[in-house]
Amino acid sequence: MNKTKLKIALPKGRLLGDTAALLERAGWGLDGYDEQTRFYHIESKTIPQLYGRVFHEKDIPIQVAIGNYDLGICGSDWIEELLTKYPSSALMKVKDLKYCEGVLYAATSLVGIDSVNALRAMRETTRIASEYPNLAESFAINTRLKHFSVFPLWGGAEVYPPDSADLALVGGTTKDLPFYGLIPISQVLSISACLIANRDSWKAKELNKMVAPIEKALMPQKAAPTLKSLKRQDTKTRYAAQNKDVVRLALPDGHQQAPTHKLLDKAGIRLDDYPSEKGNRRPRVNLEGVSIKVIRPQDMPLQVANDNFDLAITGRDWLTEHLCQFPSSPVKELADLKLGRVKVVAVVSQKLDITDIRDLSKSEQTLPIRVASEYTNIADRYARDNRLNRYRLIPTWGASEAFLPEDADLLIENTQTGRTLAQHNLKIIDTLFESTACLIGSKRHISSPAKKEMMDSITKTLHRATEEIS
Amino acid sequence: MKIQMSKGTRDLSPKDMASFRLIESAFRDSCLKWGYQEVRTPTLEHLHLFTATGTLTPSMLSKVYSFLDWDGWSGERVVLRPDGTIPISRLYINSMVKEKLAKLFYVANVFMYEATGKKTRERWQCGAELIGAKPPLADIELVMLALEVLRELKIEGIELRLSHAGLIKSLLARLDLSAEEQIGMFDRILDGDTKALEKLKLKRPKLEKTIDSLLALKGKPSGFSEELKGLFAEDLPECKPYIENCARIAEFLEAMGYKYQIDIASGRGFEYYTGVIFQIFKGEEKIGGGGRYDALITLMGGKDMPASGFALYLERLMALIKPSALSTPQSPRILVRAEVARAREGFEIVWRLHKAGYRAECYVGVQKEADFDWTLDIKDKSPEFILTNQAKKRFKAQTTEELLAFLGK
Repeated sequence: MNKTKLKIALPKGRLLGDTAALLERAGWGLDGYDEQTRFYHIESKTIPQLYGRVFHEKDIPIQVAIGNYDLGICGSDWIEELLTKYPSSALMKVKDLKYCEGVLYAATSLVGIDSVNALRAMRETTRIASEYPNLAESFAINTRLKHFSVFPLWGGAEVYPPDSADLALVGGTTKDLPFYGLIPISQVLSISACLIANRDSWKAKELNKMVAPIEKALMPQKAAPTLKSLKRQDTKTRYAAQNKDVVRLALPDGHQQAPTHKLLDKAGIRLDDYPSEKGNRRPRVNLEGVSIKVIRPQDMPLQVANDNFDLAITGRDWLTEHLCQFPSSPVKELADLKLGRVKVVAVVSQKLDITDIRDLSKSEQTLPIRVASEYTNIADRYARDNRLNRYRLIPTWGASEAFLPEDADLLIENTQTGRTLAQHNLKIIDTLFESTACLIGSKRHISSPAKKEMMDSITKTLHRATEEIS
Repeated sequence: MKIQMSKGTRDLSPKDMASFRLIESAFRDSCLKWGYQEVRTPTLEHLHLFTATGTLTPSMLSKVYSFLDWDGWSGERVVLRPDGTIPISRLYINSMVKEKLAKLFYVANVFMYEATGKKTRERWQCGAELIGAKPPLADIELVMLALEVLRELKIEGIELRLSHAGLIKSLLARLDLSAEEQIGMFDRILDGDTKALEKLKLKRPKLEKTIDSLLALKGKPSGFSEELKGLFAEDLPECKPYIENCARIAEFLEAMGYKYQIDIASGRGFEYYTGVIFQIFKGEEKIGGGGRYDALITLMGGKDMPASGFALYLERLMALIKPSALSTPQSPRILVRAEVARAREGFEIVWRLHKAGYRAECYVGVQKEADFDWTLDIKDKSPEFILTNQAKKRFKAQTTEELLAFLGK
């Protein structure tokens, strides 16, 4: 690590505004770190040795823990998510910055379950859906759930109970606590923005001097919220158990919504609120016997494997990612929907004098090769299959191209045209596979003939619509 | 250059393994003599086996090595076995449930994360479980078995510390703590927080007398039982059977000349204990422990079965034994050095020497004569067999029969 340089990982998204204002008050003079920022690399007008980089909030604790960055600012939820699994990592919490405060709840909409004790008394496995799988596991252990399983999610945990999960860990700010018809039964964590540091850098670089102006610039704060001060939601919003004949279809949220909507429309499948401006994740459909939920495409294969959905529209990249992790999973592709064509590629910096993945192991680098990817299981298998010499996986959550060359050596990423990669001075050295949107289902036997018929009909209709569009 | 190992792991060298096997065989011999049968359970188990019974404390569960298997899409994790007793109870429920008495033993590794990396994260245990027998005789048998193993290993200066899970729980029940607090306090005691009860005393001055008398038990020498019964008849009458239970074991230990302490506040171990808990110390080091777990098999879904068990910590014993004082004399070691044309015959002779009870091996170009009691040269010309001992004394033979006849003497 460069001793003179000071590296800080800065959040984008919900923390950006308050963080930028705080650092401005502290006199850091960051150039271009604001809501309009289009840059990933930030320099300081006042502190020449300072180097900032903008990350997805979730990436920051990992980047600081592994020593790529000296300091970072992110939500305490992501810090605890890391520390609960890796308590001896080199991550240290320096200061609670007390903005963007919120609470992480364990919440449910199961009838009759309104406390941790009631949950503990459940006979069946408690299924917990969460973006925070480590915190979810730790919650289950600390509350002594007897038999539990955790569904790690990319997002939208609130839509899972009660049919796709028994419990969800959901977070929100105090201003706007989203309950989505769920009853919070336990407060897992208070969330607020935190300043963190790498333990080794803290000592070696005397970071306390850097941090002092930030502490001075903090605003006075009000008391953190507690569970007791919150009103319980009306229980009428709970959902009834689903009929076994009903086909459960998962549709993607995010930027896949528009093309998916177009395809469904072509197939004559009409939805009342998709894409939804209000964030409605349960649109209604003009098909009798079909129920729809809108979830992250990343989460769909696992959900189909667990029989929480019968059909889902996702990308082949995410299906492959799932099958790399669980090779004997019952999930399979039913139809290629030919939308959103991308290539999943292996990428390195243009500065590296290599053209082949095998050259990477031959370089004289003694440190482990850092492989960054949103697709950790694909990347892991790719590294293994190509016999990469001693590598380390760095999971990322978006904007992975900015990781090279400083924070990773190899990137496994999807690309449409390769233009963004070229703009970041990166080059493609291998193409792993092509990915398009696809309809997935399970190899599992379907006992209801009505359901089977409806599923076949949807599959055929979508296939036909795909042919017409292309 | 040394290749960096995974933190908290260790190699067992040939010398270490010799100690390891000495302990293992002393343990096996004693167990077999007492009528125990050896079993082995898999290294991988479902995590829920350990969470379902509520029998490991959250702080222990947070240190288990768990992961998703290649077919773990349901989110259920598997673990590297963190404990020996729970898998044995599972084995009993699965395949021995008709047996009214199961006396089982195992030598197995258990895995538990340890943050500093200074202690090992993989540990070996010699464990024995007695399923189907009630206190106090079954508990005494287990203590006797453990002590016999230690005696065979010539480890002296052993001290036992006795506690009782029932006693700790009764006391906690009296402290008007909430159910959560009670569990939390019990966990702290089991996690080895010996000050837990003392801290409680400060918070609840009214209970000072009861807690004081309990803490005062620590280190009380022999003859404690009458005194104790008096103390508790008034304050905690429900504890009488527990104290009697401890007293019976104490009497035996005393009669056998072993040192022991009553140390109620230190029940370090596992939450599945329901009765007497015993810990074996050599100096300040705990080298083993066990106790009664009557509720475990029911909690795991089996029938109501009394059970108790113990484990000795193999690595700690390795540091305490003197292998030279324990090893039995070994047969002479012979190096067989055959000329190229007679190599096959060399190997055949090695076989025959093994059959005759010798340690023998063929020369592979590296061994030193000094490491062997005898060196046997097989020549093309007569005399074909020349046996040389370390004092350079020679014996010559024409046939293998002649040679073996000589070695047979």
